[in-house]
Amino acid sequence: MALEMRNVRFGYGNVPLFSDLNLTIEPDERVALIAPSGTGKTTLCRLLAGYERPQAGTVTVGGQHLRKKGACPVQLIGQHPEQTLDPLMRMEDSLREAGEPDGALLDALGIQGRWHSRYPHELSGGELQRFCIARALLVSPHYVIADEITTMLDAVTQAALWEFLLDDQRRKGWGMAFVSHSEALTKRIATRAIDVEALICS
Amino acid sequence: MAELAPAQEPVVQTTLFHAPRSLARIISNRNVLLITAVCALAILVAIIVAGIVATPAAQETDFARRDLAPSLAHPFGCDWLGRDMFLRTLAGLSLSIRIGLLAAVVSALIALVLGTIAALGSKVADGIVTWLIDLMMGVPHLVLLILISYALGKGFWGVTVGIALTHWASLTRVVRAEVLQCRQSPYIAVAGKLGASRLRIAAKHIVPFVFPQFLVGFILLFPHAILHEAAITFLGFGLPPELPALGNILSESMTYRSTGMWWLAVFPGLSLIATVLLFDLAGGALRKIVDARTNQE
Repeated sequence: MALEMRNVRFGYGNVPLFSDLNLTIEPDERVALIAPSGTGKTTLCRLLAGYERPQAGTVTVGGQHLRKKGACPVQLIGQHPEQTLDPLMRMEDSLREAGEPDGALLDALGIQGRWHSRYPHELSGGELQRFCIARALLVSPHYVIADEITTMLDAVTQAALWEFLLDDQRRKGWGMAFVSHSEALTKRIATRAIDVEALICS
Repeated sequence: MAELAPAQEPVVQTTLFHAPRSLARIISNRNVLLITAVCALAILVAIIVAGIVATPAAQETDFARRDLAPSLAHPFGCDWLGRDMFLRTLAGLSLSIRIGLLAAVVSALIALVLGTIAALGSKVADGIVTWLIDLMMGVPHLVLLILISYALGKGFWGVTVGIALTHWASLTRVVRAEVLQCRQSPYIAVAGKLGASRLRIAAKHIVPFVFPQFLVGFILLFPHAILHEAAITFLGFGLPPELPALGNILSESMTYRSTGMWWLAVFPGLSLIATVLLFDLAGGALRKIVDARTNQE
């Protein structure tokens, strides 16, 4: 069930960003995507998770195209949890959109019971990000794309969330691609690193 | 070396009586708003009912009380035919609110349908709706209203259809913009990736987002509709002169004002303003309650 990009072309406007991009991520991998800011890491993440459609080429999981209907097998967790949660929805309802909440998962993420009835603006960024991670994992994805998910969090929370993700990944065997500007984090987590700068067209 | 002061026992104070909590805290802000909205709406319903009941009495003429100035028996005075102005004003307000209600409901429905089509439909559909909005907003309200009302033979239906067909444009623009803004939010894309269907996204995300703005726009349509009904009747293109409508009352009062019968214009006019303000009050209070950004303050 590899996540594969074949001959992908993509760009904004008439300027091509990727042309003929090939990339494969295996289920047990944790791939670090490395490049300076503004290179196109987030675009690559969005392509991998089906948020952007390639102008040519394919993105497949186990040979299957990413479905438009139903839960996507590749889940993207972003940098701004407050933008990916409906501000008018209580956390429990946002969570339920991914399926019935799993108590063990929520406990492992340190999500407290009293947070459930709150609105997003009543929680901190770290608390919201926990919900976003829980939500992404509730649909049992084959791949998780983590786009700087802990950049805005303090060191303790960062460590706790990555600890959890590594544990969950080992147990359930999903693959991961992640973006981080922290070299230490990359060294600690990645099984392989990809230089995104080498992938884009100059 | 200065002697250290002996450690003092902390003074424990027990409060036997708490200061009485202020009234504002006991009756929370939310309740005040709710009471305001309910009271305003209740008064409006009372005016509608009282006006319907009072209509026959309002049309009664009695020359014994001709040209009476305001008194306890006739608080708004009487006109040159000896009709009680208080009852006439009540009947007129009731008629205006009923027309405003019907016209505003139809107008809001048009706005909802067109706004949603523009936001969710094809580019061509959006172009057509946007063009219609610009067209409606480019033509002066009152002129179009007079034309439609006149074409339909004036009267109740002429006024109602005219108001309904001329007041949807600004609310349509609001609905379109709100739906578009919500649809492009990152959380809508995420919900889709988590497996939510289009219908579910519309019901759970877009409707709650648009509803407060729609409700407020809808309620604020009333005063507009009422004022336009009065205006067009005042100009003689609306309700027939035998009906106790506010436009008729005010236009008739013009003839008699120079003879010093100020009460014919002042009290009905003030009542009209008060009614419009009541709607404004109800709309403002409801918005604060429904809108999640302010509903917990």
